[in-house]
This record gives sequence, structure tokens and C-alpha cells, in this order.
Amino acid sequence: MSTDAGGGPSHVTLNRVVRNYEGPPVVYALGPIDLEIRRGEFFSVVGPSGCGKSTLLDVLCGLVRPTSGSVRFEGKELHGEVPEGVGVVFQEDSSMRWLTVRQNVAFGLRTSNLPQKEIAERVDHAIRFMGLVQFAGHYPAQLSGGMRQRVCIARTLVLQPRLILLDEPFAALDQQTRLLMGDELLRLWRETGATVVLITHALDEAAMLSDRVGVMSARPGCFIDMVETGWPRQRDSRIVSDQNFGALTARLWSSLREESLKTMGRVA
Amino acid sequence: MTRRRAALLVRIAVLAGLVLLLEICCRTGIIDPLTVIPPSDMVASMIEHVSSGDLDESITQTFSTIAIAFVLAIGLGTLGGALLHRWSRLRDIVDPLLASYYSVPTFIFYPLLVALLGLSKAPLVVLGVLSATPAVMISMLSGLDGVSPVLLKLARVQRLSPARTLWWIVLPEALPRLFSGFKLALSYALIGVIAGEFILSGTGLGYSISFAYQSFDNRGMYGLMLFVLLVAVIANGILYVWEGRLARRRSAG
Repeated sequence: MSTDAGGGPSHVTLNRVVRNYEGPPVVYALGPIDLEIRRGEFFSVVGPSGCGKSTLLDVLCGLVRPTSGSVRFEGKELHGEVPEGVGVVFQEDSSMRWLTVRQNVAFGLRTSNLPQKEIAERVDHAIRFMGLVQFAGHYPAQLSGGMRQRVCIARTLVLQPRLILLDEPFAALDQQTRLLMGDELLRLWRETGATVVLITHALDEAAMLSDRVGVMSARPGCFIDMVETGWPRQRDSRIVSDQNFGALTARLWSSLREESLKTMGRVA
Repeated sequence: MTRRRAALLVRIAVLAGLVLLLEICCRTGIIDPLTVIPPSDMVASMIEHVSSGDLDESITQTFSTIAIAFVLAIGLGTLGGALLHRWSRLRDIVDPLLASYYSVPTFIFYPLLVALLGLSKAPLVVLGVLSATPAVMISMLSGLDGVSPVLLKLARVQRLSPARTLWWIVLPEALPRLFSGFKLALSYALIGVIAGEFILSGTGLGYSISFAYQSFDNRGMYGLMLFVLLVAVIANGILYVWEGRLARRRSAG
């Protein structure tokens, strides 16, 4: 199974990355992992519960230092710090309850040296892009879960990141909202040209959104399959009716089933 | 009418009813007027005393002492709470002491404080600070414990410095719990200072109440008591309204 970037230039590279957590007992969470993610690629990671998907995301963005191995972003090695150009959207609601939607979105630019005019323009654009214009003056408590997640995505968007990492951002949403949010994510990906890494437990979501899907084993998480979807760049949630969609999700499930059984303490 | 407004009206009605009952009991002699004077007389006495200007110095002295103690308690309590939160081993040692702190009558230290700091405003400020600081520390600890880990992760992703993380994320997130501590701190600072003046000082509103009591000036004593009570209720009311606004912003459905 190939974990390299294939055709395009590499944007993120993981080289023999291992992450353990000190015990006792020591938890072998991740690796060894070798991975190359192409610039501008939409890459998804699926795997059984507790396989280290979120740890992989933390390692990818520099929040967590690997126990061994190296992570490179745009050619530079990460040393336990999040580099400029990386935006992260978390699974949990990370909107700030004391700020309005507009203030939440602008929060990402508080430390920037940009002129006020440009900050306002970027915030306006992100709010418009995520369909939050009517709610700009609202507080997060006045919004639904899906809208709060859109606020968090907009807050990441204003930073104009070159790499966007999403950790199960739609996990708490219903199926219809997930599909629509998926469309918005695809639009965001196309228009910004950013590289997107999506961590998800939903196989259909991964199959619908991604250029490539990495399937992880049970802990310690390693890639056991790498699936190229072959979708065109112009796509949306209607692709679920494509004749290849079923075959793709079936392949993902076939790779994942045995690993999921392992995490449940059963042998396939 | 909203449920909240209805509760407020019932509360006011109950209080008004109790005051009216006290007025009737005092006026009809059911309660000896030498023990308690009618509430209307208390109000009249309060207005007389406050408008006469005789108490201006005491009022300034008492409320400035309370304000200084309150502000110091907020500063020290917030800092102390943050330090304890940072050093968990220290917290393990201090936590039980904080929990049992209010069983210690801090007033017993007043003579010691006078010996150390002289017969000035300082011992009373320290007494107020000693009374109020632990409430702020406890609420700060509780507030910091409640900060969502994902927001701390967000701070790292946004590459915020520790100071900015504290100022922009941790403190606003902890504010509702901190506010409960501030309300308690105000009450404790007020109790500490007034009680200190009442028992041991020679100046201030607490001393004036004590002096009126010892001179059998019931009318003066109740008037001053009512004045202190009113100021305490108004100050707490302001904090309560402010807190309510914060809470509504964060939980509006």
C-alpha cells in the first residue's frame, strides 16, 4: 500500500512517526507512520474508535511532538509548535461564548499586523462564505450546533491557512446537515486551494469528500489501506448517487471491519 | 408576564408584607418599641442621619475601606487562584485549608493587626481582605477548572502567548464563576470591615452603630443599620444584574 503523495508536490510529510504516551502502562497510540499529503489535496483519515486518529491530527499540526520520527510542513520540520499557515477545526464546539459571531470570526486575526480595513474585509468574506451574515451579531448560545461549527470554520478561514485540519467537525450534526456542511467544505477547499485533512469516523463522508482516504488500523494506528477516489475537483454531495460511490465505501468498510472488530475485542 | 418577572414580584410582595407586619407589630405594641422601632421610623432616622452631614466622614471612611479591601481581594484572590491552579502540589496542600477557612474568626487577629500596622485604616483593610480573598480564590480555581480543554488547544493553534491565552480566553471563560466569587467577596469585605469597626475601631459606620447601641440610641442605631443594609443590597444588586446579563449572553436560547 502506497502512502506517498502520488503525482503532486508534497505539502506535509510524516517520516516514521511514532507517538506513545508515558505510563505505566505505556500507551502505544500511533505508528510507525509514513505519509505524504499533496499540496491542495483533500485527504481523509478513517479508522476504528481509539485508533489514534485525533493523535495523528495533533501530530500533523504540531500540537503534539512525535515520540520518534519527524513531521515536515512545507519542508520545515515541526518541533511541538503549530506553524503559521495551519488552521484547525475541532470536533468539540470551540466557539467563544462571550463573543458575538463576528467577534469570534475576527478572533483569529487579533494578533495579526494586518490593517483594520483588511481584517474587516476578511471577516466579512468569511461570514458571508459560511452563510452567517444574518447572525453576525448573535452569540453562540443563540445558534444551532451546525451554525456554531460554521463559526469555528469561518474563524479558521480568515487566517487563510494553507493547511486545514478538521477533527470530526460534523460528528454532532444530523445526516442532512452533515451532507450540506460537506458541500460547504468542498466549496471552501476549491476556492481557497488549501490542503485539507479530515479526520472522520463516517465512511460515506470520507468517500464523498476526499481525493484520497487513508484507513487506519486499531491501536497503535498505522495506515493499512490508501484509497484514491478519483472524483473530479468539481463535486458535491450528489456524488453519493454515483455508481462508484457504493464500491468505494464497500472497500473502505472491508478494510476497516476487521480492525473495528479488534477494538471490540473480537477476532474476525 | 415572564416567570422571572413573576418571581421578582412575589419576592417584593413578601418583603413588603414582612415590613408591613413589622410596622403593625411595632405600632400596636406587640413588639416593644425599646427593642425594635417601626420601619418607617428607621427610614426617617436614616434620612436624618445621612442628610445631616454628621456621618460624611464615617461613610467615606467605611466605604473607601470596603472598596480598597474588595479590590485587593479580587487582585490577590485571582492571582492566588491562578497560582494554585498552576501548581497542583501546592493546591493539594492548600485546598483543605481553603475549605475550612471560614470556620476561623478572622476578627481575633485585629489586635495583632493594630500592633503590626498601627491604629489606622490598614488593619481594617487587612481584615476585609482576609475575609474576602478566599472566596475569590475558590471561585477562580473553580472557574479555571471549568475552562474547556478545546479552548486551550485553540489558543495553541492560534499561537497565543500565555498572557494572551489568560487574558483573551481563560479569564473570559472563567468569568461567570469568578463573578460569583466577586459577589461573595463584596459581602465578606463589607462584613469584615463593618464588624471590625463595630467591635474594635474608634471610627467608621460600624463604630457609629456600636456607639448608638451603647448609648441606647435605638432610633439612630436602626437608621444606620438600614443605611448599611441598603448600600449592601444596592451594590450586590448591581453585581447581580451585571452577572445576569453575562449569563443571558452565554445561555440565550
